[in-house]
Amino acid sequence: MTNIPIESIPVLGKNPLPPAWRKYFSFSTDHKVIGVQYLVTSFVFFLIGGLLSMVMRAELITPESDLVDRSLYNSMFTMHGTIMIFLWIFPSLLGLANFLVPLMIGARDMAFPRLNAVAFWMVPVFGILLMSSFFLPSGASQSGWWAYPPVSLQNPSGDLINGQVMWLLAVAISGVASIMGAVNFVTTIFKMRAPGMTFFRMPIFVWTVLSAQLIQLVGLPALTAGAVMLLLDLTLGTSFFNPEKGGNPLLYQHFFWFYSHPAVYVMVLPIFGVFSEILPVYARKPLFGYRVVAISSITISVVSLLVWVHHMFASGTPGWMRMFFMATTMCVAVPTGVKIFAWTATIWRGKLRMDTPMLFALGAILMFLFAGITGVMLGSVPFDIHVNNTYFVVGHFHYIVYGTITMGMFAALYHWFPKITGRMYYEGLGKLHFWLAFIGTNLNFFPMHPAGLMGMPRRVSSYDPEYAFWNVLASLGGFLLGMSTLPFILNMVSSWVQGKKAPANPWRAIGLEWLVSSPPPVENFEEIPVVIAEPYGYGKSEPLVSNAAAMTQEA
Amino acid sequence: MESSISSELQHSATEHVHDEEGNSMFGFIVFLLSESIIFLSFFAGYIALKLTATDWLPPGVSGLEVREPAINTIVLVSSSFVIYFAEKALDRQNLWGFRILLLATAAMGSYFLWGQATEWRGLSFGVTTGTYGGLFYLLTGFHGLHVLTGVLLQGIMLARSFIPGNYEGGHFGINATSLFWHFVDVIWIVLFLLIYIWQ
Ligand code: HEM
Ligand SMILES: [Cu+2]
Repeated sequence: MTNIPIESIPVLGKNPLPPAWRKYFSFSTDHKVIGVQYLVTSFVFFLIGGLLSMVMRAELITPESDLVDRSLYNSMFTMHGTIMIFLWIFPSLLGLANFLVPLMIGARDMAFPRLNAVAFWMVPVFGILLMSSFFLPSGASQSGWWAYPPVSLQNPSGDLINGQVMWLLAVAISGVASIMGAVNFVTTIFKMRAPGMTFFRMPIFVWTVLSAQLIQLVGLPALTAGAVMLLLDLTLGTSFFNPEKGGNPLLYQHFFWFYSHPAVYVMVLPIFGVFSEILPVYARKPLFGYRVVAISSITISVVSLLVWVHHMFASGTPGWMRMFFMATTMCVAVPTGVKIFAWTATIWRGKLRMDTPMLFALGAILMFLFAGITGVMLGSVPFDIHVNNTYFVVGHFHYIVYGTITMGMFAALYHWFPKITGRMYYEGLGKLHFWLAFIGTNLNFFPMHPAGLMGMPRRVSSYDPEYAFWNVLASLGGFLLGMSTLPFILNMVSSWVQGKKAPANPWRAIGLEWLVSSPPPVENFEEIPVVIAEPYGYGKSEPLVSNAAAMTQEA
Repeated sequence: MESSISSELQHSATEHVHDEEGNSMFGFIVFLLSESIIFLSFFAGYIALKLTATDWLPPGVSGLEVREPAINTIVLVSSSFVIYFAEKALDRQNLWGFRILLLATAAMGSYFLWGQATEWRGLSFGVTTGTYGGLFYLLTGFHGLHVLTGVLLQGIMLARSFIPGNYEGGHFGINATSLFWHFVDVIWIVLFLLIYIWQ
């Protein structure tokens, strides 16, 4: 587990570096630069996806379809979902993991720095590929983010290059990039840990990244297989999923959900890691049940591979299959509940400091609790038969993808902003952002539940006027949510340019990343740290490493 | 532990190279495990479609000839042993032995590809002939691409063996090529059972 610098570290001053910002536009192999590249790129796509949702909410403020063309509306929800998942959540989480994992385990970089850079640069490539399908004569894909056949096989324009083909290519490139990333993270975490950094001394964030990346390795190939077959059906005219020619469209759904259910855990697990990092810092207490929380991440990964059919209860699946997958779905709630219990116990009677990251973390956990409850409801077959494909499902998963994941991502961005940029952000703007986002999320996504229970179907641009009340509320919430990003952008940009200089450890947090300067030097550590304690030693006053002075550059 | 740590820190650049080699091999194995799941998914799709099909064989197709593919199988599987001995030869620094055995492996792989192509040409159905035709070409084609990749890798390894000092950094390239070849072989055995034996 040695870790020798690849080049000797340039001495500052003697070896003037180019202006700092320029490196972010280069093919850098430094995991910290790549991390920032991921974060900024994905945020741009977040804004694009958000813009699409604003248009959709504007369309839905009245029951009639009066703002955009119906087929354009179809393309918009398809692209909105695809962008948010493949171009916002995945890459932003990878950015965070890229920046943090090597620092947290005491490594100088990822195991394969060059592969890392290649994987990142594929993101803008497939992002642009996907976006450009809007400009095709037949428009972008309209079959939803899940691209179920036979809808996805329609190709009414008859063109060979159509929105669906572009969509499949983009998803395929994304898959290749994700596999590269997963191989890199798993190797890094297994092989590059500093001396003394045993598995049970790794911060929970590293555990959750490991769990998430293992899911990618097992699940993504199944989606790739399904996508290849769909692409062949679409272009060559094979009949794997085409019921008219003897194919079986349900098989595609199995491929899709065998990956895409676990994928929701790829997205949420690192955010669980973020909660587990942030709560102890702002409550000044060790994480409750560290080992149990670590193990439960891996447990979630394994169980999540066995629940996919709960997305297909209404797809004509046989009874035994429904029963089996209903039972397994209920089982995921157990390790998840364990985590919620551990977080509650961590902040219980702690000295809570309500800074922006803590606010976002607590708000996100609260909304996750709600989403978990609606999730278990959906997991029971009789209830799901009633609400499947209604706005209830849309409400459920937006409490996850916005309420939990995106809010958790903001918590992380604020918490590590000083480390990443070397500057402090403005607390007032941060708090404003939180309250706008928290109110906006609930106002936007809560009304979807009653609308869904009343029977409002998802993916429609016009609806029965009896649902209008809930939709007006949701649209107002949506616009509020859109506005909430403005203070965030203002905060990030102005703080980065002219914020107060950040010390190495502004939050008095415990962790290897907080021992080095802000931002950390190239290759992170002067001397590789020798770890001698478990993480989260809050209130224990024991050192984390035995060579604190030698590992930082100030010496 | 402590003393070994400080000595570890003083290790020279060669140690670093070995370390990188270990990481590369680890990463490559992780990748192959993941890659195998694509095949498993295709196999699962094959089994599911075959079991649920009302008419499995398209009209006019009576099944597949087994004899030629069986010979092909024997050649491919034996080539796994040949590349294993090539690796051993390299370990014993027998460079020419290594080259000849590697060339033999590549030749056997090419023979397999050629046999596959001949079979394809003689078939009475195409990719669009029902799910049967699609699955047959998908599975054999996707596997064939892997065989081709393997043969190309062997070619590169062979060419690189003539570069002086090529093995100073260790044998990662050839070890990975060989592992990949075994992987391609094992996949073929499953595929052969599924497509040719289970008719
Ligand atoms: C206790 C945990 C959870 C349970 C039991 C659960 C259960 C379910 C069920 C049964 C559905 C299918 C509803 C239907 O289509 O009729 C569903 C949909 C969905 N869930 Fe969850 N869920 C849980 C947590 C999560 C998490 C953590 C995420 C994301 C990180 C998530 C994201 C989604 C998404 C994206 C969909 C909708 C996909 C679509 O139909 O387009 N869920 N959930
Ligand atoms: Cu699910």
